[in-house]
Amino acid sequence: MSAASPRPAAGRSLPAAAPPGDPSVGAHLGLAAALLLLPAVASGFILVQIGAQSLILGLLALSLMVLAGYGGMISLAQITVAGIAGYTVAILGENSVAVHGFGWPWWLTVPVAITFAALGAALIGWISVRTQGIYTIMITLAIATAMSLFAQQNYTLFNGFEGFAGIPAPTLFGQRLRAPMAFYYLCLGVAALCYVAVLYGARSTFGLGLQATRDNQRRMRALGFDTTAHKVFAWFLAGIIAGLAGVLLVWFQGRISPGTIGVAAAINILVIAVVGGLRHPIGPFLGAVVVVLIQTFATDVVGAARHNTLIGITFLVIVYFSPDGLLGLWSRFQGQFRQNPLRPGDGA
Amino acid sequence: MSSVDGKAPFNARQGLTARQVWAGIGLVLALILVWMVVAQWPAWLNGILISKRTFLTTLLNGLTLAGLYFLVASGFTLIFGLMRNVNLAHGSLYLLGAYVGYEVVSRTGMWLLGVAVACLVLAVVGLILQVLVFRRLEGDDLRQTLVTIGISIVAADMMIAVWGGNTYQITEPDWLSGAVRLPVVTTIRADGTAIFLAYPFFRLFVLFLAVAVGIGLWLMINRTRLGAMIRAGVNDRAMLSASGVNVHVVFAIVFALGAALAGLAGVIGGSALSVSPGEDVRYLLASLVVVIVGGMGSVTGAAIGAVLIGIAEQLGLVYFPTYGGVVTFLILVVALAVRPQGIMGK
Repeated sequence: MSAASPRPAAGRSLPAAAPPGDPSVGAHLGLAAALLLLPAVASGFILVQIGAQSLILGLLALSLMVLAGYGGMISLAQITVAGIAGYTVAILGENSVAVHGFGWPWWLTVPVAITFAALGAALIGWISVRTQGIYTIMITLAIATAMSLFAQQNYTLFNGFEGFAGIPAPTLFGQRLRAPMAFYYLCLGVAALCYVAVLYGARSTFGLGLQATRDNQRRMRALGFDTTAHKVFAWFLAGIIAGLAGVLLVWFQGRISPGTIGVAAAINILVIAVVGGLRHPIGPFLGAVVVVLIQTFATDVVGAARHNTLIGITFLVIVYFSPDGLLGLWSRFQGQFRQNPLRPGDGA
Repeated sequence: MSSVDGKAPFNARQGLTARQVWAGIGLVLALILVWMVVAQWPAWLNGILISKRTFLTTLLNGLTLAGLYFLVASGFTLIFGLMRNVNLAHGSLYLLGAYVGYEVVSRTGMWLLGVAVACLVLAVVGLILQVLVFRRLEGDDLRQTLVTIGISIVAADMMIAVWGGNTYQITEPDWLSGAVRLPVVTTIRADGTAIFLAYPFFRLFVLFLAVAVGIGLWLMINRTRLGAMIRAGVNDRAMLSASGVNVHVVFAIVFALGAALAGLAGVIGGSALSVSPGEDVRYLLASLVVVIVGGMGSVTGAAIGAVLIGIAEQLGLVYFPTYGGVVTFLILVVALAVRPQGIMGK
């Protein structure tokens, strides 16, 4: 589908995807070293509940960031895409509720799950690219809710309200992947891979075409680009990321139910992405760490049940004061607050 | 967008305009429906649709639900049409209205007072939201929408903090309770006595109220000065402002009106059905689908969408219970595929 853009963006050499606050190579290396060495100092609880969970939610938010940041399409259906992968793993692999569970090995279920997720994402994208801006939010929210309701009502395929439980993570070379350190490194590896892929993809011909479509769809169409194909392909690629996250999520939780892919979860992903910032792929992971920390430790601050209020207020404050999330705050702090030349009209 | 698709417009020289074709289809459907209501059903029809009583009750339930959906969605679509602001906290307004109505009715026992207080409180809440939040983020649709998500998260959590996770039911007033016998014969017994269809009076009242509100809104929008301002604002906000109208006042009034409608729907829904956490999401989804299908910003579209979704949901619940949620979704997809801007959208 990327063949739809035979002509390179000729003429000016664009400063491809270098938004304000772009972490330099040094920062990347430092971050990588810190993340790789984390298991040396952190306990298993921190590694899995904070580390792995942030990475998984960050991956989901990254798939949203790809669509929103580069494509201008805010999707609330990324959790639905992850859910497709998760349910596929539960149905084709093993589970303990004695519904389906074909017992396929992981190297078969995972590719199938991710393929389903990516195709599902492309389908959702194909439906929703007919609309723009806030309409896309509405339609993807409607799709996400409908899918969750469907999973809840359907017992033959999704096992209804209960969903699936007892889904084991595989064992690789005698090492249980769900063991804290192994799982942390697994999530870190997948996240790093996707992060680099997104950074690279944003500078590819396809990525530039997508960003140009975001900025001026009419002009791109006049230039002979198939803008719909660009957008749907972006959905497909984001679907792969969300699918990977979905597989990790179902291994992490060991269960999946309609609540996993419900509206609250869908909005949670959006909150993470927006809190972190949609300008750069590091944003979603930043947002995920903040939200996971709040979710884990808010109990000590505001009492057991009210952590949603704290998250909601954090979200409100950030949206209200810094549209670019924490990344925006950071770049403002750095005094580099300038407009991204690829996104006209943002500063207005 | 549709002009670029390259589809030929429906050609008048072929003899029929699109409008005539749709009117014809509508007429045939209406005749079939009338026959279904009036006639004694043959056995094969009973075989397909269980029984005449079940079908008609389901249809009426669908219309009642449509009335409720319309009340919620009309405010949503008005706010959207005028301010281009997807108020994703609209479901929270509905739920807050229901809780306020419950508190008032359970303490005073006066149902109408509950309705009035809920509308008033919600109008004030809407006003506060408009002045404190939306006016400050004006022109930034996306951030407004995100802020409403934040508000709905906080509101849902605060409402759980206050009212807990219980399910409440607002007591309907005596003069609206009980069942009425409709002049529709469902079955004729062997001895010749006709069995008439009985239906809860309150639900008929909901339907009646929705129609009344719909007509009222239509009159307000099409026949009053304020309505003219709103229509002008939907078409071109900047031009309306330039011609000397204080747009902010119009915005505030519409927001208060939309929120009050959500509050009204909350009390009605809480009386006809129930009040519990999670209802906010349900009615938000309903409004979304209704408004997407009907066309954003159009009250008539909201009415059409509400009827479609309400009836489809109820029929789906009775005739294919496993796939009730999918019917709504299918309508959404078909509507998007055929008319992305919605049935009455521009």
